[in-house]
Amino acid sequence: MTTKEALINYCLRIGDTSLILGQRMSEWCSNGPILEEDIAMTNIALDHIGQARTMLTYAGELEGKGRTEDDFAYKRHEREYYNSLLSERPNGHFGDTVARNFLQSAYFYHLYSALSSSKDNMIAAHAAKSLKEVTYHLRHSAEWVVRLGDGTEESKEKIQTSFDEIWEYTGDLFEMNEVDDVLIKEGIAINQTEIKAKWDKTVDEVLVRAKLQRPKDAYMHSGRLNAIHSEYLGHLLAEMQFLPRAYPDAKW
Amino acid sequence: MEDIKKLEEFQAKIDADVKIEPKDWMPEEYRKHLQRQISQHAHSEVIGMQPEGNWISRAPSLRAKVVLLAKIQDEAGHGQYLYSAAETLGKSRDEYIEELQTEKAKYSSIFNYPTLTWADMGAVGWLVDGAAIVNQVSLQRTSYGPYSRAMVRICKEESFHQRQGYEIMAHMAKGTPEQKAMAQDALNRFWWPSIMMFGPHDADSPNTGNAVKWRIKRETNDELRQKFIDKTVGQAEVIGLTIPDPDLKWNEAKGCYDYGKINWDEFWNVVKGNGPCNKQRLKHHIKAHKNGEWVRKAALAYAAKQKEKQLVA
Repeated sequence: MTTKEALINYCLRIGDTSLILGQRMSEWCSNGPILEEDIAMTNIALDHIGQARTMLTYAGELEGKGRTEDDFAYKRHEREYYNSLLSERPNGHFGDTVARNFLQSAYFYHLYSALSSSKDNMIAAHAAKSLKEVTYHLRHSAEWVVRLGDGTEESKEKIQTSFDEIWEYTGDLFEMNEVDDVLIKEGIAINQTEIKAKWDKTVDEVLVRAKLQRPKDAYMHSGRLNAIHSEYLGHLLAEMQFLPRAYPDAKW
Repeated sequence: MEDIKKLEEFQAKIDADVKIEPKDWMPEEYRKHLQRQISQHAHSEVIGMQPEGNWISRAPSLRAKVVLLAKIQDEAGHGQYLYSAAETLGKSRDEYIEELQTEKAKYSSIFNYPTLTWADMGAVGWLVDGAAIVNQVSLQRTSYGPYSRAMVRICKEESFHQRQGYEIMAHMAKGTPEQKAMAQDALNRFWWPSIMMFGPHDADSPNTGNAVKWRIKRETNDELRQKFIDKTVGQAEVIGLTIPDPDLKWNEAKGCYDYGKINWDEFWNVVKGNGPCNKQRLKHHIKAHKNGEWVRKAALAYAAKQKEKQLVA
């Protein structure tokens, strides 16, 4: 595997996760518990889709076959998507979304902190810019974890269940393969075990503040690296890709 | 006696174009009129998120998705400042929302029409926001200070939305035959409801009298409608779309367009709750509000605990 091939895949992992999470967050529009949260959640959706655009565009440039951000977003099928299993989990109730976003944002926060000094200039610039955004996402979701965990009996029970149910999708975030080996050697990517240690610390701190139990590490699903997903992704893509698929000659 | 004097002073301020501020004395009818109008405006922004939100997940490009999301986010923000402006009149946002959910308050009927194709995102921006701007530009000079200032801010963003909507229409009108047909169809469906947005003809508009005297409303429904039609006809011509009104023609003597008869039966039907989406929109709002109840309770409980901790410390 060449460095370039590895880097293209790496961009898709980041870009796809951002895109799918952005799509999920946009589903909250007009469904938030208060108007201010509708605004916050659309804001987060906007950031993620913006991040996805940068990474997908870069993947296209590296590939050199003229594929655009939209070609990547709209013309790939389920088995060509490299997003995290976590990002495609359905929104569920507000607590489910908060738990998912918190775990994913804590990951992005530490990933982007590390990648800000990547030897690939584009990755480093993207990470530095996105770090500001995910710092806010992490703060936003962590504050809600704490409010729900230390709010009412009902909210505590709900958010604890959300964490318990989604926990088995977190292992997938940290898996590595040849792509990582090639890029770590070049100083472009970061070893995921380093991210995992920092992620654990952040997650533990917030769960303690929220008076919640950290779920036990049991079986972890994997799939991201091989583009193997849950059934949910196909539906998400069918909806997202409908217009360009239905009118292939049209430009939008 | 004192009230008559206060009323005279109030009217003198209005006539001198001095803004009325929350703490100033105002006739009860003025307050009620504004509570109704501003909250209706806020509800419209919030309910208006639904027809456009219907297409976020299916926006045909990432750029289009971002633009649409940003637009809807602006609408939510407008709802937020309008509720704040309405709250200065002595009623809370919760009370206003309850009035919406119990159908004591209305929102703009235009949002009771469905958005059926992507071109509707163009039509809504171009026509619905276009009509809203004509009204809002005029409301920037409204007599109540907080409402007027909210309008100044909102107008800046709305004109941007209208251009975005027009851009979608223009793009589709010069696209494939299917896209052009979609654009024309969206114009056909949204034209009449858009010009109805200005409300009944002046002769049939019961709220106009005092609203004009108090300078809440600076121009009448028919004046505003005419402005909108006059600026929009040319825009349709430029992109090769046809406005679905066979009676539309330039009147040289009056210096404006004559237009066909508006179907007021349809208008009143939708106002009374029989539009294609009235029930759906309200149900959606109530459902989201209900689903969020446990979250709001948790936030309040958490805040109360924090406050208690501070007191103990």
